[in-house]
Amino acid sequence: MATSFRFAASLRRASQSPRPAPCLSRFRSTVQVRWTGSTSATSEPHQPVEKGIGKGGAAPAKVIKFTSEAYPELQRNSRFAKLTQEHVDYFQNLLGAESAIIDGLSKDASEDIEPFNSDWMRKYRGHAQLVLKPQSTDEVSKILKYCNDNLLAVVPQGGNTGLVGGSVPVFDEIVINLQKMNNIRSFDEVSGILVADAGVILEVADNFLAERRHIFPLDLGAKGSCQIGGNVATNAGGLRLLRYGSLHGNVLGIEVVLPDGTIVDDLSKLRKNNTGYDIKQLFIGGEGTIGIITGISILCPQRSPAINVAYFGLESYEKCQEAFKEAKNQLSEILSAFELMDGRTQKLINRATGKKLPLEGEHPFFCLIETSGSNTDHDNEKLQSFLEHVMETSIVSDGVLAQDQTQIQELWSCREGIPECLGHWGGVYKYDLSLPISDMYDLVNDVRDRLMKAGLVGDEDFHPVVDVVGYGHMGDANLHLNVPTRRYDKEVEKQLEPFVYEWVQMKNGSISAEHGLGIAKKPFIGYSRSDTMIRLMKQIKDLYDPNGIMNPYKYI
Amino acid sequence: MSGLRILVPVKRVIDYAVKPRVNRAQTAVETASVKHSMNPFDELSIEEAVRLRERKLPVEEIVAFTAGPPKAQDILRTAMAMGADKGIHVQLDEKDASQQLEPLGVAKLLKKVVQEQKSNLVILGKQSIDDDAGQTGQMLAGLLDWPQATQASKVDIEGDVVTVTREVDGGVETLKTKLPMVITTDLRLNEPRYASLPNIMKAKKKPLEKKTLRDYEEKFGARLKTIKVTEPPPRKGGVKVEDVDGMISKLKELGAL
Repeated sequence: MATSFRFAASLRRASQSPRPAPCLSRFRSTVQVRWTGSTSATSEPHQPVEKGIGKGGAAPAKVIKFTSEAYPELQRNSRFAKLTQEHVDYFQNLLGAESAIIDGLSKDASEDIEPFNSDWMRKYRGHAQLVLKPQSTDEVSKILKYCNDNLLAVVPQGGNTGLVGGSVPVFDEIVINLQKMNNIRSFDEVSGILVADAGVILEVADNFLAERRHIFPLDLGAKGSCQIGGNVATNAGGLRLLRYGSLHGNVLGIEVVLPDGTIVDDLSKLRKNNTGYDIKQLFIGGEGTIGIITGISILCPQRSPAINVAYFGLESYEKCQEAFKEAKNQLSEILSAFELMDGRTQKLINRATGKKLPLEGEHPFFCLIETSGSNTDHDNEKLQSFLEHVMETSIVSDGVLAQDQTQIQELWSCREGIPECLGHWGGVYKYDLSLPISDMYDLVNDVRDRLMKAGLVGDEDFHPVVDVVGYGHMGDANLHLNVPTRRYDKEVEKQLEPFVYEWVQMKNGSISAEHGLGIAKKPFIGYSRSDTMIRLMKQIKDLYDPNGIMNPYKYI
Repeated sequence: MSGLRILVPVKRVIDYAVKPRVNRAQTAVETASVKHSMNPFDELSIEEAVRLRERKLPVEEIVAFTAGPPKAQDILRTAMAMGADKGIHVQLDEKDASQQLEPLGVAKLLKKVVQEQKSNLVILGKQSIDDDAGQTGQMLAGLLDWPQATQASKVDIEGDVVTVTREVDGGVETLKTKLPMVITTDLRLNEPRYASLPNIMKAKKKPLEKKTLRDYEEKFGARLKTIKVTEPPPRKGGVKVEDVDGMISKLKELGAL
């Protein structure tokens, strides 16, 4: 598929056709495109409606289990009021337009509500009967005040591309989706500061910036669906973190609505502001538990015109570390990504999509390096000497260097396409872990051994587990341990948890590096945070959300 | 039969994933600080030449040739990393009007190179994606008085007999002829390989001859003058409607209902 698109692309250019690209779900402009447009080469979450990617093999079941049934230990908090017609009428009146509200109480709207009730991984599903789509901060404020006064629980929702079930309801919480707040408010070309509504889709923001020679300091596979407000609320990490740092540093200000309806306008455009507690940091990564972010101001760097991508095969994890050291050493300021993929992930991509891999021959590990800089000649010179060095010293066994934009995209798809391909057999147990870089991959081996010993891994249909694989952001010491399965299975879960968490705790790692806590990681926060830390967090939660209506049953 | 001496002309063009922009004076497409790479059809030609060798055909030499600015060297290195044995670069001064090449100029130049290199097979892209002229291969065949097979989707060589399959409307056409000949490539011919690091290193040591137009006694100059280049009219944005009623009234307004 990838190749036919590649040809199609050149053909299109060749005929100067004004027709839009046959890109199925997204529109991409100009440079720095990593998306190859084929169904085989996307990555991480898609639109929530695009479920059931399984083509043949063990396709996932049609219906997602309710979270409340899958986790019977969760009980609806009886303090919360049940939705009544009166409530619905209030919201209808407040929001006006019919399209701003999906009412599942007075009529059957289950089909319309379904995408808001369930997550793209098909793991979590709530019972919400009402979805609200406010268009302004003021409307969000009025909604929250009403909910707070009437003890109606809510779930703030962005693009619903999260991986821990944080953006879907558990019981009958009202979904407040920010998709209609999608205006870019301002951009200052001198300072590079962008101010935008929370519901702006990441890719839209990035394309907007691309036209102005800037770049959004965050990039991730789900960019075509996820919203920047949700990115900030979950403190998403992604592919550019190595270069541009975390959102805690890049977000200069936020506009947030507290549960009591207070609008906190802290859309600061200052890089320096040492006046008091930096409250906004609580909302960055707060996962909508103490307020809803409605706008952000963020510092965007200059976009680099010169991009190069190389893809290596390496014979051991030790060699990957050496390559990383050399890359930092020799490429220094132009290094913009260093991604790790084990050979198993690449083989699974090949199995799931039939796509030909860039390198012939088997390698236990692969790394992807991206450089971005302002001067092609300068970058090339550095990259050439780096490549020569790692080849001559046998740090890497083989490798390719992208010769054009399409090859850059294809090489990236070997990394970005992993999450979707792993879902091919049915489900995936995903762990997103921060670990000391030297031990990072040992965990994958240990987990694989453990599941092998339990007889759960294999090629036959009765084996629940397809394989145990690892990939991730080597540059950030962030490992994605993934266990693609044919079905979600309690026996597998028992083998994985708490084993994985104990392992991480032993290494003083984090059980959630960039995916957040949501509902999936809530019970395990103790493995990464002390009792004191958790107590302080709870104090903050109680302070800002005394009624506990914000995104209940999750986080801490 | 004698060995195959393959000439593959390649061209450096704006990368096909980059959206071209017209310059302010509307005289040409903006090329400064835009990513360039090898014309995709030429990648197919190089790949095909290398595959002929890999199929154990008696390929004596694969010569990659380009005429262009100093930077065009990069794509010769790419061609050599993919498997060409040597490169020839005719360096052009883009500011000199007498060095502006049109398809006929290129074809004349290639004829000289074919004679000089004693090539008996020329594989070229059916067109370059910047000018879209799609003429060079045909003109070259005419100038050389060689048979040609255009838009090849499959090439088989046995002895000096060449069988070329080409896609035509609603089917395929198979042609047969004898060397020497000219083949132009089409999209389905093959899938170009990545340039691997070891081969990129090796390519640096392969010979690259530098020449100028003066080395070939012939008039190549342009006969055409570009008057104006314009972008297609921008697509008109859609309108958002609030609900079904809004849509119906809008459609009525537009006379669609």
